Amino acid sequence: MAKVTFHGVGIKALSACVPPEIVSNRDLGYLIPEEEIEKTINNIGIDQRRIAAPDVMASDLCFKAAQQLMADNDIAPESIDVLLFMSQTGDYRIPATSCLLQRRLGLPRETMCFDITLGCSGYIYALSTAFAYASMEGVNRVLLLDGETFSKIVNRRDKVDWPLYGDAGTATLIEKGDYGDSTFMLYTDGSGENTLKIHAGMRNPITPESCVEREQEEGNIRNDLEVFMDGMDVFNFAISKVPKSIKRLLQETDHTIDDVDYLVFHQANRFMMDFFVKKLKISPERVPYCISKYGNTSSSSVPLTISSELNGRLDGTHTVVLSAFGAGLSWGAAIMQTRDCNVSPVIEY
Amino acid sequence: MSLERFIENFTDLFEETEPDTIQATTRFKELDEWSSLFALSVIAMIDEEYDVEFRGDDIRNSNTIEDLYNIVKERVE
Repeated sequence: MAKVTFHGVGIKALSACVPPEIVSNRDLGYLIPEEEIEKTINNIGIDQRRIAAPDVMASDLCFKAAQQLMADNDIAPESIDVLLFMSQTGDYRIPATSCLLQRRLGLPRETMCFDITLGCSGYIYALSTAFAYASMEGVNRVLLLDGETFSKIVNRRDKVDWPLYGDAGTATLIEKGDYGDSTFMLYTDGSGENTLKIHAGMRNPITPESCVEREQEEGNIRNDLEVFMDGMDVFNFAISKVPKSIKRLLQETDHTIDDVDYLVFHQANRFMMDFFVKKLKISPERVPYCISKYGNTSSSSVPLTISSELNGRLDGTHTVVLSAFGAGLSWGAAIMQTRDCNVSPVIEY
Repeated sequence: MSLERFIENFTDLFEETEPDTIQATTRFKELDEWSSLFALSVIAMIDEEYDVEFRGDDIRNSNTIEDLYNIVKERVE
């Protein structure tokens, strides 16, 4: 079991950037019968999403978020020792996008940069990596950029995925300081590899055929370079694993649900999060949602929710739990004491 | 667990469908209110009421409410 605890490191600041282009789920008449649109919106809790222009990448959104964070907190580029980029929609297959961001952000050549790739659970994993490096001798500050542009890998005629996903980029600054303990518990079940998948890649090489759109299950259209999701299996996975993982984290760290000031979920869909809230018996005002405005932004949804809903609310000391889950299957939760965490409001690209 | 109670739990999920139209032999996918999103409520109900994990294929391979009940029953026992 991966249960890891850190001392004397924490989140100093956080920011997020979304594309200005708004796509409303009320315009999905071409995909969903008109009479079912309102019901679908109520159920998934997503009114609208931000969709990046064709020439705007996850790295661009993260770059803007990072610039904002550095300006708001007076962070000198030279003070950043490690840059992590967490995404499944990086600029290129080679090189790592974090290297490109090192140059764009004017970070010194002494900066250690690498990419992390995981599904919607990615932020919790990447944050544990950032905390681990920040705990090491020789590292003071880690800049974690987590961004996704799923609009580029979801087919607009896929009625399972298209109403859900939005694009966003975020920046989180982790550093040594007078922070309390943080504990992460991380889990994996690779037997669920087919639940959420892009078929074409290395094992199934990309050919001209991969780009051909085909009608798939229940009339959904996609090609082999686009995301498939079995919504029912993801739901079953999430409801059976997520509440238990949070209960266990609280138990292992001698907390109760009433100790938690804010519980930030990966914004998968509203129905699912409401189910978690009920199951965990946490008061709903402690569970921020931004899904109605931004949709499911994959791994960036946890920091986007903090930026959107908790800016100005993390002054002083707070007990915060973060929980995310997704492709792999992969899931995890973290509990930490935030101290005067400076959260910038969401900006537009 | 009883089939009657299972049908009651299943029926409670519906808002517009008349309760007496839902029986053990009802082909639930043919109900007007049924949708793939509705299936999530069924999975949630089965988790809450019976603590049983229900997968997408369980729903896909079932036709009647009794089919669902039989899968749940098997896993509870």
